[in-house]
Amino acid sequence: MTSVLLDPTGELQPIERYPIKKVKSLSGLKLALLDISKARGDVFLDRLDGLFSEAGATVFRYKKPTFARPAPIGLIQEIVGNVDAVIEGLAD
Amino acid sequence: MKFKDGVIVVVKKDCPTCLLIAPVLEELEQSGKEISVYYQDTSDFLSVTNVIDDRELELSYRLNIEIVPTLLMFSGGKESSRLTGWEREEWRSCLELESLGEDLPDWRPGCGSRSVEPEIIDVLEAKFGNFDFSARKIPLPLLADDIEYCFENGWTDGFPVVPPTQERVLRMLKGTSRAPNEVLGVLPPYSIQCTVSKVAINAVLAGCKPEYFPVVLAAVEAALEPAFCLHGLLATTWFSGPMAIVNGPIRSEINMNWSGNVLGQGSRANSTIGRALQLTVRNVGGGEPQKTDQSTFGSPVKYGFCFAEDESTSWTTLSEERGLDRGVSAVTLFSADGPIGCVDQKSREPEGLIYSLAGTLKGINHIDMANGSDAVVIIGPEHGRVFDNAGWSKERTVDALQSALLIRGESLGMGTDLEVASKEQSSQSEKIAKFREGGLTLVRAGGQAGLFSAIIPGWIMKGAPGTDPITKEIKL
Repeated sequence: MTSVLLDPTGELQPIERYPIKKVKSLSGLKLALLDISKARGDVFLDRLDGLFSEAGATVFRYKKPTFARPAPIGLIQEIVGNVDAVIEGLAD
Repeated sequence: MKFKDGVIVVVKKDCPTCLLIAPVLEELEQSGKEISVYYQDTSDFLSVTNVIDDRELELSYRLNIEIVPTLLMFSGGKESSRLTGWEREEWRSCLELESLGEDLPDWRPGCGSRSVEPEIIDVLEAKFGNFDFSARKIPLPLLADDIEYCFENGWTDGFPVVPPTQERVLRMLKGTSRAPNEVLGVLPPYSIQCTVSKVAINAVLAGCKPEYFPVVLAAVEAALEPAFCLHGLLATTWFSGPMAIVNGPIRSEINMNWSGNVLGQGSRANSTIGRALQLTVRNVGGGEPQKTDQSTFGSPVKYGFCFAEDESTSWTTLSEERGLDRGVSAVTLFSADGPIGCVDQKSREPEGLIYSLAGTLKGINHIDMANGSDAVVIIGPEHGRVFDNAGWSKERTVDALQSALLIRGESLGMGTDLEVASKEQSSQSEKIAKFREGGLTLVRAGGQAGLFSAIIPGWIMKGAPGTDPITKEIKL
């Protein structure tokens, strides 16, 4: 496996990646809550769902088939295509 | 690397002569010589004390070992003598020993050192050669897929690229005698100094072989000429991108295509040279689609467009027409849209073909528009034979086309507000040339079967306010 690549660009940008822009307002935001199928994750996400909905966001619920594997491509594409932001639980 | 005084021997088990002299190395040690044995593959055939792993080949590279076994004597910190292979008397004399390798044959040649094997030598040069790439080194994140990483960084045109490792870029740079840090010019849109090294990195991305690199460099130099107006061409809403036509002996030397499917896929040289130019524009200059590249439609041309001219005909070649001698390799850059086919399967006289070609040319940009784009007409072999058999030169053919391409004054200026010949500029009865003088370029290429020619319209902004074709000699 390659370990070092040479930069083909004009080198105007730093190599480090910037985080994407932060969400400024919840009002009108299309927000995904991704349940990774860990036990009782749904209880926590139900509460978040209520809080975000009250704050004006439209919440969409998604669920991975298993926490042990990455989300299926189809599910990732569906989320990317539908919402502005996603909250994913990463562990217990 | 510093070495203490004594004897160094570099060996590999894969070499029969190295196996043969293993007992000699023992003899040397027993004679009291300070001996270090560096092995390139495995040490299980060596029984001396000071055995050193050189499987990374750093010592072999730094000491420029070409043959194994190589015996080196160091004294005063410097190499004082070097022997390759096995020659008993030489070894005895060099080591000042009366007896050595008594039971061995007098002489055996060595084998090639692993450090000079093809592919490996470039890896070693990149690793240990302190080479100045004049480019930032980007460590690949752990477990990252290198090709996907190139996509994620926005370095591609949508197709996969070859990851630009140091070894690959080093090999590419060996395709030219020019220094990696030589500045070719300033690339738009972000006015970035474009070095030979940056072009080499993008030529690697594009899939070029090192022998294509001089063509890529000439194409980039042509693109950087102010008269080519690369900034405007990459930013325009029009369809065009750069098209490179190659002349001269380099065409066959690097296996370029000027025959069947000449404008299509299949030739590595044709496909990757044009792509290297476009990736350089994208990556170094920063000309990205939907950003500074504002093309409404774009065209397949913008992935890269390069082909060679068929020079087997009696016509003056493109590079000759543009002032270079035949036999000089050159690249000529045009602005270009995709090809428009012209079919004429009936004409056996030049006049008929002129009628057909002019009819097709008349429609480009807008049928009532004159003095818009330039155009390149690629005359296919079967059409070309009609002109050749009638003794028509290229110059005569261009003149005949220009005469057949006059637009009536009363219909001019429709469909565009560009500054072209218009009703105001001419009386209604006057006929205006569809193409400016020098705006029609004829070249020869294509497969043997098919009574067709191809018309390549250019950027609608031509001449001083826009683009002019540029020819550059290809220098190795």
